[in-house]
Amino acid sequence: MDLDALAGCLSSSACLVTQTTSGLIIGMLLFLVAVGLTLIFGVLKVVNFSHGAFYMFGAYFAMTAYQLTGSFALAMLAGAAGTAALGLIFERVFMSRVYGADVLMQLLVCYAFVLIFDDVVRIIWGPEFKSMGMPAAFQVMPLFIAGGVVPPYYLLLIGVALVAAVVLGAGLSRTRIGKVIRAAAHNPGMVSALGINTGLIYGGVFALGGMLAGLAGALAAPVRSLTPGMGFSVLIESFIVTVIGGMGSILGALIGALLLGLIRSYGSLGFPLFTEGLMYLFMVIVLVSKPTGLFGKEAA
Amino acid sequence: MTRTRTPGISRRSTLALMGAGAMSVAAPWVARAQAKTIKIGMPTILSGRVAQLGTSSRNAVMLEVEKVNAAGGLAGRQIEMVIRDSKGQPQEAARVARELVNTDGCELLLDGEASSGSFAVHEVARDLGVLCIHTCSEASSLTADPKQHIPNAFRCVRQGIHDSIVGGSYAAAIAKAKGLKKWATCSPDYAYGRDTTGEFTLYLKRFAPDVEIISESWPKLFQPDYTEVVTKILQAKPQALYSCLWGGDLTSYIDQANIYAMFSQMEVFAVNMADYTALTVVKNLPKGIHSGNRYIKTFPTTPENAAWGDAYKAKYNEYPTNWSWQNATAVMFLAEAAKKANSADGKKLAEALKGLTIKCPFGADGTVTMRGDDHTLVGYAIGWGTTIPQEPYVPEVKAGDWKTIFELEAEWKKSKGYT
Repeated sequence: MDLDALAGCLSSSACLVTQTTSGLIIGMLLFLVAVGLTLIFGVLKVVNFSHGAFYMFGAYFAMTAYQLTGSFALAMLAGAAGTAALGLIFERVFMSRVYGADVLMQLLVCYAFVLIFDDVVRIIWGPEFKSMGMPAAFQVMPLFIAGGVVPPYYLLLIGVALVAAVVLGAGLSRTRIGKVIRAAAHNPGMVSALGINTGLIYGGVFALGGMLAGLAGALAAPVRSLTPGMGFSVLIESFIVTVIGGMGSILGALIGALLLGLIRSYGSLGFPLFTEGLMYLFMVIVLVSKPTGLFGKEAA
Repeated sequence: MTRTRTPGISRRSTLALMGAGAMSVAAPWVARAQAKTIKIGMPTILSGRVAQLGTSSRNAVMLEVEKVNAAGGLAGRQIEMVIRDSKGQPQEAARVARELVNTDGCELLLDGEASSGSFAVHEVARDLGVLCIHTCSEASSLTADPKQHIPNAFRCVRQGIHDSIVGGSYAAAIAKAKGLKKWATCSPDYAYGRDTTGEFTLYLKRFAPDVEIISESWPKLFQPDYTEVVTKILQAKPQALYSCLWGGDLTSYIDQANIYAMFSQMEVFAVNMADYTALTVVKNLPKGIHSGNRYIKTFPTTPENAAWGDAYKAKYNEYPTNWSWQNATAVMFLAEAAKKANSADGKKLAEALKGLTIKCPFGADGTVTMRGDDHTLVGYAIGWGTTIPQEPYVPEVKAGDWKTIFELEAEWKKSKGYT
């Protein structure tokens, strides 16, 4: 425990800026993965344990597109679009068959695909870790804001994640499709009876969830090493986020992810040997005081 | 009075059955002893995040085994390698090692496990009495601690304490020359990271007593994001940073620290940087990172080493790793020990291995020795240098002095209560 370091940081604007942006970066990437997870659970009532694989595929798709085209924008597009397509196929061909099955069956199918997807990546891209490399446009000196250090690439990353959060939130609450999705989450039988193809909605939601995780992977690819199985640790933290924020709540995912990011960022200063533990401790506190999570709804 | 046979099994048939049983139990051993081929079992990590190291170990072993077999095998017996994936899990490594000996009939073991798994395989070797050469574990205690000592286990690997002595003296010289007094460390939070960092700073402070460690970070192994660690180090404003992160963790760390311009703000000493797995993967390798040699074909600067690196690349289309040269050396040792013992029997090979010096492309003077008293490899090429972003990556390596290593290692062993 180093509370002096933490207090020193809180009284310095430079440290506050650096650590807060550091927390935002960690949180926003986590949000993109966790929001897909929570969205799929909210609508499909399936806990997608293979969600980390979409993060992994997003990173690999982006790296391959970047190597082929040299375009960062196309790399991001490939990461997002590729995982959306993969999500749609995965849902239609496999997951749609186990909606009625018990949780254990769903879990087994998802876990089987965690292993299958890891091996597919190993076969296509090889077992060794890879690096996409930072695009030349972002290989610049970091910005100094109020004495704090902020890399320009991370500003882009935070911006993209924020836009995704706003579009998703507004899309679900203000558009017709959003209303149909929410209705399908609440009462799929009635939505189906009204002549709406719920299979399409389910497929679309799964693709959207996969796309968001893929986008997170693509955004992380320039700064994280790519390796088969890389989705697993992100998945664990995403579960913590959804448990803290409340399963099925998009706002909960955002707040949960940002809190987790800030806990990591400031925890590494004040509690360097207990940073991981702090995250879990926070989750336990939330679960004890509000078992449905900060923004989760009580089961009807 | 007539003698009637009692129902059941007679004494004669019982004896016959026992004899047959004994024969059937002994038969595989007889068959094994007479077999033309000798099976060598090897648990290593062929899946997961460090699969590349396990694969490079397998490649190096196969490269050398082909040569040994072409030259007549181990004391006339062709080697058949049985290589299995342990997934990097100690309990799986132990299970695989046991199965290789008991079920597959392997007579020798090459233990291609990282530190965590090697201690588990070591216990299997202790239990089964089979000759085992550890080829990847750098944890010093594996052979330095007398409690670990067994007559049938050897370590053909560079060792943490050797690297720390050489690294500490190299870093201290630079610290003195450039006035680097405030240091930070950032290493993975497990036995290897803690031990190696502790040993490095021990010798750094010994050679440069003014040095002060002002910040320590212990990210967990395989952590995907180091942002909070990078910013924490930047806040501490050290003049130099030491890290023993490795593989994908190190490349992630470099990519993430790069965009904070960390490498222009401090001298960085990353002991595991100079390995092709990391050097060829990092796209924007900063110039001037100080690193220990892991495997590079330009150190030692001998035609033999360069030829070996090129032969490996020609066969597998990639450069060897640190684990490669260690595994290759283990096979070279086995071949020489078999010649010396004129046998492929495990016990005879173990006797022959003790104190054996062989010609080797990776030796500091062209030879390496399996030290007799603690069964560990010494005399291998060891040094530090600075990186450049393209081949040869580390153009000049300052070689460590084995005389100093031996002196300080003996002191260290004494301080640990090992001698």
